[in-house]
Amino acid sequence: MSAVIQNLVNQPYKHGFVSDIESDVVPKGLSEDVIRLISAKKGEPEWLLEFRLKAYRHWLTMQEPTWPNVKYPKIDFQDISYFSAPKPKKLASMDEVDPELLRTFEKLGVPMHERKTLAGVAVDVIFDSVSVATTYKKKLAEVGVIFCSFSEAVKDHPELVKKYLGSVVPTGDNFYAALNSAVFTDGSFCYIPRGVRCPMDLSTYFRINTQESGQFERTLIIAEEGAYVSYLEGCTAPKFDTNQLHAAVVELIALDDAEIKYSTVQNWYAGDENGKGGIYNFVTKRGLCKGTNSKISWTQVETGSAITWKYPSCVLLGDNSAGEFYSVALTNHHQQADTGTKMIHIGRNTRSKIISKGISAGVSNNSYRGLVKIGARAEGARNFSQCDSMLIGDRCGANTFPYIQVNNNSAKVEHEASTSKIGEDQLFYFASRGIGNEEAVSMIINGFVQDVFVQLPMEFAVEATKLLGLKLEGSVG
Amino acid sequence: MIRENTALLLEVRGLTARIGDRNILKGIDLTVRAGEVHAIMGPNGSGKSTFAKVLSGHPSYEVTGGEVLFEGRNLFELAPEERARAGLFLGFQYPIEVPGVTNSAFLRLAYNTVQGTRGKEELDPLEFDDLVREKMKLLDIDPSFLGRSLNAGFSGGEKKRNEILQMALLEPKLAVLDETDSGLDIDALRVVANGINKLHTPDNGMVLVTHYQRMLNYIVPDYVHVMEGGRIIRTGDKALALELEARGYDWVGKEAA
Repeated sequence: MSAVIQNLVNQPYKHGFVSDIESDVVPKGLSEDVIRLISAKKGEPEWLLEFRLKAYRHWLTMQEPTWPNVKYPKIDFQDISYFSAPKPKKLASMDEVDPELLRTFEKLGVPMHERKTLAGVAVDVIFDSVSVATTYKKKLAEVGVIFCSFSEAVKDHPELVKKYLGSVVPTGDNFYAALNSAVFTDGSFCYIPRGVRCPMDLSTYFRINTQESGQFERTLIIAEEGAYVSYLEGCTAPKFDTNQLHAAVVELIALDDAEIKYSTVQNWYAGDENGKGGIYNFVTKRGLCKGTNSKISWTQVETGSAITWKYPSCVLLGDNSAGEFYSVALTNHHQQADTGTKMIHIGRNTRSKIISKGISAGVSNNSYRGLVKIGARAEGARNFSQCDSMLIGDRCGANTFPYIQVNNNSAKVEHEASTSKIGEDQLFYFASRGIGNEEAVSMIINGFVQDVFVQLPMEFAVEATKLLGLKLEGSVG
Repeated sequence: MIRENTALLLEVRGLTARIGDRNILKGIDLTVRAGEVHAIMGPNGSGKSTFAKVLSGHPSYEVTGGEVLFEGRNLFELAPEERARAGLFLGFQYPIEVPGVTNSAFLRLAYNTVQGTRGKEELDPLEFDDLVREKMKLLDIDPSFLGRSLNAGFSGGEKKRNEILQMALLEPKLAVLDETDSGLDIDALRVVANGINKLHTPDNGMVLVTHYQRMLNYIVPDYVHVMEGGRIIRTGDKALALELEARGYDWVGKEAA
C-alpha cells in the first residue's frame, strides 16, 4: 500500500521493536494473538478480552464502508501497529518543538504551561483528562462523580464498565466501531450518580501527539437518574506527511431525567494545502436516552482531519426524551467531511433537533448526512432539522443527504436546508461599505455559525471562533 | 443647485467598460461638483447600473478605457473598500442578504471602519446604538430592525431604507444611488426621498440612477442625463425628466442619432 496509514511506533524503538515483543510496541498487524497481547499488557479481566475477541471476529467478516462521500487510498489494516504504550517522546525543552505548532498555540491563545504539555514536553500528554481528574478528583469525589481514564475504570469500577460497554454501540455496529472494540487502548470514563449535577464541566484533551500515540480511544459516559453533566472534548495533532487513522467510539447513556451535553472542538491535523498528510477521523459517537425525560445533546465544531466520517447520534428510547445535534463542519484545501447525525425515535413524544452548518473553502468537499427515523411506537414524535451550507469560492463542494423514515402517522418531521455562497456580490457589498474581504468573511462566517456556537460553553466558543478564523486565513483572495 | 466654482468631486472622461466580452459602457463623460444632484435616466440595459457599479469597483466589470478622478485622485487605483472609505457610496439596486449577521453589527463595523480611516473616533456598541437610532428616525425605521439579519427577509422597501440609513451613517462625499426608488410604494418613496434630501449638503454630491421621474418630484436634480447604449446621449435640467415621463425614451435616441 502506498503512503498512507502509519499509526505505529515509539520513535526511540524505531529500529528495535519488532524483535522485542515485551517492549511498549506491538508489531504491525492484527490477529487474535495481538489482541490477547494487548489485553494482557493492560492486565484486563477475561470478560474484556472476550469483548475484544468477539469484536475482532465480527470485524473480520465486515467490509470497509464505501458509501461516505469521500475518497482516499485503501487502508492496509495489517500495516498498522495496534498498541503502543502512551510514551510520548520527551523533548528537553520548548526549543525542540515544531515552531509551526507553537505559533498555532500562540494564535489559539493556549497558555504557556498548556503549550508545553501539548507539545510533548510533559509526560501525561495523551489524556489530559487524567491530570484534570487528578486536580479535581477530590472535589468530584465529594459528590460521587467518577472521572478517570478508561483503564482505571476497568480496574476500579469493572461492574459499571461491564454493564454499559458496548450497550450503545455494539461490537459489530460498524466496521470502525468493531475495529475499535477489538483494539482500543484507553480513553475516558465518566459516571454521574443519581441526582447529581456535576459541579464543573469535565474536559478531555485528546492529542495524537506523535505517531506512537493511541488512535483508538473509547469514551463511556453514564448519567444516572436526574444527573447532569457537560463534557468537553478537544482534539489536536501536529503535522506529519503520512495519514493516521483515528477510530474512536463514544457511548453516552442517560437514564430517567438525566442530561448529557457533549461538546467537541475537533482540530486534528488536516493535511497541508496540497492534501498531503492529515488524520483520517472515522469515529462512532452515539448516545442512548434510555430513561424517560432524558436528554442528550451533541455539539461539534469540526475543523480538522483530512477526512471526517462521523455521525454523533441519539437513540431516543425513553418516552419524552430529547436529542439535539448542533454542528459546524469546516473544510478547507483538500479536506473531506461526511458528517451528520442520526436521531432514532423509539419512545413516545420524543423530540429531536438538528442544526448543521457546513462551510467549504478551497477545493474541499463537505457533506451533511443525517437520518431521522420515527419508529412505529413513537407516538407524537417531533423532529426539526436545519442544514445550511456555505461555500467560499467556487472550487469547493457541499452536499446534503437527509434520510427520513417515518413509521408513525402522528409524527411531525420538518427539514429545512439552504446553501449560500460567500461570493463576489456579498464581498462587494461589504467592500462598498468600507469593509475589507477578510473582515467580511469573518463576519459572515461568525453570523453563519452563531446558532451552533451559542450552544458551546463560553471558553470553548472563544476558542472555536479563533479556530475558524485561523483555518480560513487566506482562503479569500 | 448648479455650481460653477465649487469643488470637483467626480470627473469621468471617456469611460468604457465591459463584462465578459460584452462592452457595456462606451464612452461616458460626467462631471459632478459639490452640492450638485445629477439624475441619470434611461431605458433598461442602457448601462446605468453598470456605470454605478464600475464607479464602486464591482469585480465583475473590467474598465477598458478612460479615466475617473474622485476629488482629483485616480479612482481606479483604489480597491472598492478604499473607495468607500474615501467617501464614495453606492446605494444598491438589489441590496445583498446576509443571514446571521445582524444589521447593528454590520452597520457598526462599516461605520467604525470608515470613521477610523477619517481619523475620527470609533463608537462602542452603546454609543453607536444612540447614533443609529437617531438616524433611523430620519427614515421612519422600526427599532426592531437592528436585531434582524442584514437585509434577510426584508421587503423591497425595507432594503432601500437600509441603504439610505447606511448612507446617513457613512456621510459620503458622493452618493451614487442605483434605482433607490424601485420597489417603493408612494409613502415609502416620500420618506426615503425626504431622508435623502436631508442628507444633501452644499459639500456633497449625488448621482441618482432611475427609470422614472417620480423620485425627482421629491429630489430636484440640477442635471438630468439620458443614457442609452452605454453613452450619455442628452443632458438637460429637470424639465427633461418631465418630458421623458410624458414622451418616453425613444425620441431622445432618434434626435441624438
